[in-house]
Amino acid sequence: MASELMSNEIALLAIFLLSVFVGFEVVSKVSTTLHTPLMSGANAIHGVILVGAIVVADHAKSTLEISLAIAAVILATINMVGGFVVTDRMLQMFKGKPKRKKDSGDDQ
Amino acid sequence: MSRNLYDLIGLAAGICFILALKGLSSPKSARRGNLIGALGATIATVIVFFYANEGKALNNQTLILAAIGFGVLVGVPAARKVQMTQMPQLVALFNGVGGGAAALVAIVEYLKLGSDATTAVVIATVFTVIVGCVSFSGSIVTFLKLQELMTTRPVVFPFGRQIIALTLIGVLASGGWVLVSGGTTPLLINGLLSLIFGVLFVLPVGGADVPIVISLLNAFTGLTVAASGYVLQTTLLIIAGTLVGASGTILTKLMAEAMGRSIFGTLFGAFTAKTQQSSGAADTRPVKSGSAEDVAILLNYAQRVVIVPGFGLAVAQAQHTVRELADLLSAKGVEVAYGIHPVAGRMPGHMNVLLAEANVPYEQLVEMEEINPTFPQTDVVLVVGANDVVNPAAKTTPGCPIYGMPILDVSLAANVIFLKRSMRPGFAGIENELLYEAKTTLLFGDAKDSLTKVVSSLKSL
Repeated sequence: MASELMSNEIALLAIFLLSVFVGFEVVSKVSTTLHTPLMSGANAIHGVILVGAIVVADHAKSTLEISLAIAAVILATINMVGGFVVTDRMLQMFKGKPKRKKDSGDDQ
Repeated sequence: MSRNLYDLIGLAAGICFILALKGLSSPKSARRGNLIGALGATIATVIVFFYANEGKALNNQTLILAAIGFGVLVGVPAARKVQMTQMPQLVALFNGVGGGAAALVAIVEYLKLGSDATTAVVIATVFTVIVGCVSFSGSIVTFLKLQELMTTRPVVFPFGRQIIALTLIGVLASGGWVLVSGGTTPLLINGLLSLIFGVLFVLPVGGADVPIVISLLNAFTGLTVAASGYVLQTTLLIIAGTLVGASGTILTKLMAEAMGRSIFGTLFGAFTAKTQQSSGAADTRPVKSGSAEDVAILLNYAQRVVIVPGFGLAVAQAQHTVRELADLLSAKGVEVAYGIHPVAGRMPGHMNVLLAEANVPYEQLVEMEEINPTFPQTDVVLVVGANDVVNPAAKTTPGCPIYGMPILDVSLAANVIFLKRSMRPGFAGIENELLYEAKTTLLFGDAKDSLTKVVSSLKSL
């Protein structure tokens, strides 16, 4: 049992370290034009804490636990959904050289 | 659903997030990337309902679904309606609630585990609570500053440094208390002190440096999500949190470089810098102000024009008018480019978003390093609502708040036109010597009105 736990910890550590490298590698290639969407997109990604909030809300027992967990679900949802929506709104504005006809096709 | 299947789906969602960031390497693929990221997040959220309670409905499922519904009802309209000028505030706010959520998750999990928690889990919990709470309260203060609901100047109070240091000691001590004795009360005290520290930590930061803080807090929130992923043994949270931590760190570093500041100097600068003396004599010196017709004539006979947009352009909602002017000049055979300072606007890349909103093709947006060598061959630079990013004080006045910040060298061009509302200094509050130079013409008034007048004069030439 102990060794099994150990290997799990190591696996999580490996995932963490590899993510550090992947993160730096991928983000350093992001075009400077898109730094604002990067910030808001990365912001949306950490909204996935919603998954954690749902897990703790599932096994919350006392009123205190339940209220804190539900508050976490609300906050995380705002973070995640709002983040992806606003990033999409920004990115749809980035177009190349204008093709004259397409100008009016924007949705607001 | 088996643990293995759940983890595999989590891994797939993690890959979606990596692809989302990878998509941002070009404006062409960026939108698709973001949608892939959103897909990953949706899958991860749906799947947890099938996994968490071994296939049965979750405890408190109705409440959870109602909470998600409520979050969507708050988040989506906010994201839909926000003006592009207010983007930094919104990002700060979303970031803060994310940090708060991570702290709450760690607290609830800790309450459940009680004395079963291993030391490593307790450490991760304390880390999440501290950093998550700092991120939450710090982001709220950042939001208030950017929304100008409170002063954008650094807030310095007597014994500020000592009070901040004491609070930090309190945060660390209460964290240690949780580790040693455990229990709910120490953790809640730890959280409370961290919230206070978050406020104190952001108050002394000046308005111009706030974007750096947003980015730093973004990295913080990422790390708390990664730490709570460890507490909950969820791979996806570790991957997602770490990716965000990395991106926040890189952006913070880039931004600090673009402003010529050390991160430490930004955060604690207010306590070390001498108060800026504004010399009264400067205000009475003569400036050369011109009419819209003068400006139109200058532009009409130029071969190359560089437009330097600043936040003032966005405030006046003049993005569309400036594009109209640029189109008109291009039609007359004038070469037009936009010189974009990395921190033009109020967060990195903000100006690009604002101009993209006005349908300016991103190919015309030229970064600082590329545009700077072209200024000597430029006939006219049109500075619209920008000030600090073209202020030579960044090079010539040691000790001024923006000293060392790389700037757009507009003074190398033959003529400089400033479109300004008044002689009021910019966001950083510093006098601009360039305004008094002989090659400079000032056109006072609202940026949009002025540009409209210039456009109509240009049409009649």
